[in-house]
Amino acid sequence: MNTAMKFRTFTRHIREGFKNIIRNGWMTIASVGAVTTTLVLVAAFLALVLNLNEMADNIEEDVEIKVLIDLTADEEQIKEIGNEINGISGVDTVQFSSKDDELENLIESMGEEGESWQLYEQDNPLSHAYVVKAKNPTNTERIAKDIQEMGAVQGVDYGRDYVEGLFQFNDYARTIGLAVIIGLILTAVFLISNTIKITIMARSREIGIQKLVGATNGFIRWPFFIEGLLLGVLGSLIPIGAVLGGYYYLENNLGVLDNYSFVELLPFNPFAWQLSLIVLAIGAVIGVWGSVMSVRKFLKV
Amino acid sequence: MILMKDVYKTYANGVTALNGISVDIKQGEFVYIVGPSGAGKSTFVKLMYREVKPTQGTIFINEIEMSELKERKVPYLRRDIGVIFQDFKLLPKLSVYENIAFALEVIQESPRNIRKRVMDVLELVGLKNKARFIPDELSGGEQQRVSIARAIVNHPKIVIADEPTGNLDPETSWGIMKTFEEINARGTTIIMATHSKEIVNTIKKRVIAIEDGLIVRDQHRGEYGYEI
Repeated sequence: MNTAMKFRTFTRHIREGFKNIIRNGWMTIASVGAVTTTLVLVAAFLALVLNLNEMADNIEEDVEIKVLIDLTADEEQIKEIGNEINGISGVDTVQFSSKDDELENLIESMGEEGESWQLYEQDNPLSHAYVVKAKNPTNTERIAKDIQEMGAVQGVDYGRDYVEGLFQFNDYARTIGLAVIIGLILTAVFLISNTIKITIMARSREIGIQKLVGATNGFIRWPFFIEGLLLGVLGSLIPIGAVLGGYYYLENNLGVLDNYSFVELLPFNPFAWQLSLIVLAIGAVIGVWGSVMSVRKFLKV
Repeated sequence: MILMKDVYKTYANGVTALNGISVDIKQGEFVYIVGPSGAGKSTFVKLMYREVKPTQGTIFINEIEMSELKERKVPYLRRDIGVIFQDFKLLPKLSVYENIAFALEVIQESPRNIRKRVMDVLELVGLKNKARFIPDELSGGEQQRVSIARAIVNHPKIVIADEPTGNLDPETSWGIMKTFEEINARGTTIIMATHSKEIVNTIKKRVIAIEDGLIVRDQHRGEYGYEI
């Protein structure tokens, strides 16, 4: 006997899946509603957490070590230090900043008051410096300590307390964000699979009849698979609309925050599209999973 | 074709339906199962298409031992057996046409053949003009005829009918019996549980009488033997 599925049977399953969406009317609306509600929440949280994560990354990227060189060091020694720093593992960039550059930066950063420092241009009291960035910002402390121990280094400055606190805070924020998202997705799976289970329970008799007429489990399962997929995809349409619309609005109306350089949203393109794709994928997987898992226990006839 | 040896069935709730049944039904036979309600007729019939598994005893259907039949092979057994259920078991959201076509979709028949065979069988049971109706829009007798049509549409080797004429008017009943005789003449085994004294005594066939889970009588060209 031929057990392989013929193409016409596959198209039949797809047709049946679509028909079931119509046949089950209110149950379809209930399932799609459950998917929609939870996916809107998941999408909102994903957008929030991913943006916070990006901001945290940006701040961490800005962390740098300033290596102040002994005033007595000559050019040869300065070069030597540069090479040594370059040799430390995990160092990304090393940039030399002469004391004149340093003073200029200082004056600039002080604004109006900085003008009084211009007096020092004739007799600059600052040191030459290297600005060092770590490949992975969390290695900053280790690298700074290594540099500290070199000769002809007057000191290193990387805002120690500030950096430690920042990394710790970011770690907490990421963990909590991840936990919230996972929790939310699990809740969504639970809620949706329950809703779908109720709609399928109402059809348990039909599944039993199909089995008595000689349908294999696969034959019965396929239309449910298609139906679940459709429920998930339909349920993710509104959330995707909300993501695209909401994100577009936010990006264009957050001008107020421009003053705070670290508050910078991920760009609409591609982020909003990627997020939509994720929402669609979650919807589809949840729909199929809920549908196929629910049908399973009625197949034993 | 159907062979049972010392079959017992006790349900999970403690009710004993069959108390040691042995029977041998050959290919092409026409058998009436008679007996009072609750005697075990339905259980006896359900064993044949594996809706019910025996507590004890061996059953061969089409030379296959039922206890050795793997769960995933059960659907293929059922395709060789057309069952007319007492409660019809029609799919409520499908039309008459779709209900019958389902049995052919399961065996991956081509759409053209499905159309032809469904229309032929609808003609046979006299429901051609109700093909687009859903079961709820039909009378009990009409639903029963849909159930019959579905059971015979894919030319099974065995047709099992649990009270197939129970809801039908006499005229339709005789029509159905004529259909059964026709498909029986083509070599299909027919097993029919019934309470109809008139049918059993008019169309003489083998009669198996079941009482209290036991076969109390098994005779060829038998009589109904019960007062209604």
